[in-house]
Amino acid sequence: MCSLEKRGNLFILILTGQNGEHRLNPNLFSSIISALSRAKAQPTRGSALVTVSHGKFFCNGFDLDWVNAAGSDEETQQRFNLLLDYLKQLVLAFISLPMPTIAAVNGHAAAGGIVLALCHDYVLMRRHRSVLYMIDLDLGIKIPEPFMALFRAKISGSARRDLLLRGLKIKGEEALKMGIVEAVYDGEEEVTNAGIKMADDLAKRNWHGEVYAEIRKGLYSELCDILGIASIPIATPKL
Amino acid sequence: MCSLEKRGNLFILTLTGKNVVHRLNPEVLSSIISALSRAKAESTRGSALVTVSHGKFFCNGFDLDWVNATGSKQEAQQRFDYSLDCLTQLVQAFISLPMPTVAAVNGHAAAAGVVIPLCHDYVVMRRDRGVLYVNDLEMGLKIPELYMAFFRAKTSGWALRDLVLRGLKIKGEELLKMGIVDAVYDGEEGVTNAGMKMADNLARRKWDGEVYAEIRKGLYSEFCGMLGIASKAIGTPKL
Repeated sequence: MCSLEKRGNLFILILTGQNGEHRLNPNLFSSIISALSRAKAQPTRGSALVTVSHGKFFCNGFDLDWVNAAGSDEETQQRFNLLLDYLKQLVLAFISLPMPTIAAVNGHAAAGGIVLALCHDYVLMRRHRSVLYMIDLDLGIKIPEPFMALFRAKISGSARRDLLLRGLKIKGEEALKMGIVEAVYDGEEEVTNAGIKMADDLAKRNWHGEVYAEIRKGLYSELCDILGIASIPIATPKL
Repeated sequence: MCSLEKRGNLFILTLTGKNVVHRLNPEVLSSIISALSRAKAESTRGSALVTVSHGKFFCNGFDLDWVNATGSKQEAQQRFDYSLDCLTQLVQAFISLPMPTVAAVNGHAAAAGVVIPLCHDYVVMRRDRGVLYVNDLEMGLKIPELYMAFFRAKTSGWALRDLVLRGLKIKGEELLKMGIVDAVYDGEEGVTNAGMKMADNLARRKWDGEVYAEIRKGLYSEFCGMLGIASKAIGTPKL
């Protein structure tokens, strides 16, 4: 599923499990959301979180085998809707996390897996052996509004169209040009280490976690409205 | 405070005063608002305004000496809130100004001071000196909702994140890449002259000032919505 490691001021969230594609099903979702709660519960000033994965995939989207193993069409739809709800909860948890977040994308990411990567503040990616593929259009699945709002907040113009409306498998260099990722690296070890280093650099800024989360929510105002996340007023400290 | 000079069709607003960092207190803010009222009253088709400053700083934010020179924490908070209200009035005045506006940024702009150049239609900046520094996160301050809406009107995606969520002192070249400034120049004279030239070129288009201001408000729709600045209906001329 996933494991959460604490290394000094860093939280390292590792997607694990026999499921090499790290497909999102209720178990993995609960496990990640739980890990984020644990990170949030500890003192957060000067913290940061980096999400890493190993192998060919970062996260290949929903566990459609689990969805389709349901008894009836109705149950299949219910299972799918459940995964959508979980994904919303996941996005909510990441966007409210009181510390900087980085995704170190070591391999392929598709659909829900791209949502997972993009709900981090920074995305680092491998230059080769890793593509971002919004497969929804090719599968004939509409992208629900909350996730459209996430994409609208992070990416604009032709980049947004190319990610969502073109069935492209986008490699690292292209994702960099499109402003989707911050930097690209050669090799799984390099991107993972770069993620950890970036998290460390951000943690050293020693920002107030609560203030960080509130300013971050301002980058996602439309999404926060849809998810019903109100802004928390924070008392002004000594000026 | 500031001075307003008319040179042909150009209004030249100069940030002045013994206060070399050009800090904003209610007196300075109201003096700028007055200057903008005068420009508005004297405006004709083919007017434009350019804002300039001299020395190391363009504008370094609120006058915290003034804010803190009170008996109590409560009074200091009141002075801060009042400064913010005055700033909001100034932004409204800029956004409603019936002529194109250009800011020629010769030096540093920090905190609330970042808002001043950004409420102009165009920003030209020095390449060799000067940074924009949104330091709220560093100070442990949440950015007010209204100003998040303001920043969202000016930029988006990774550039918005880097502007407000990263504690960065951002130079001209980077701001150019982020789409926050329009051009960079070497030297104070270089940027000031470029600002004037740009304003002059815009003035020569002889646009209807009222129509210009109404279209401009549409670029700040969320911000205007929050302030309740309604769009005016303008009679359709012969098409």
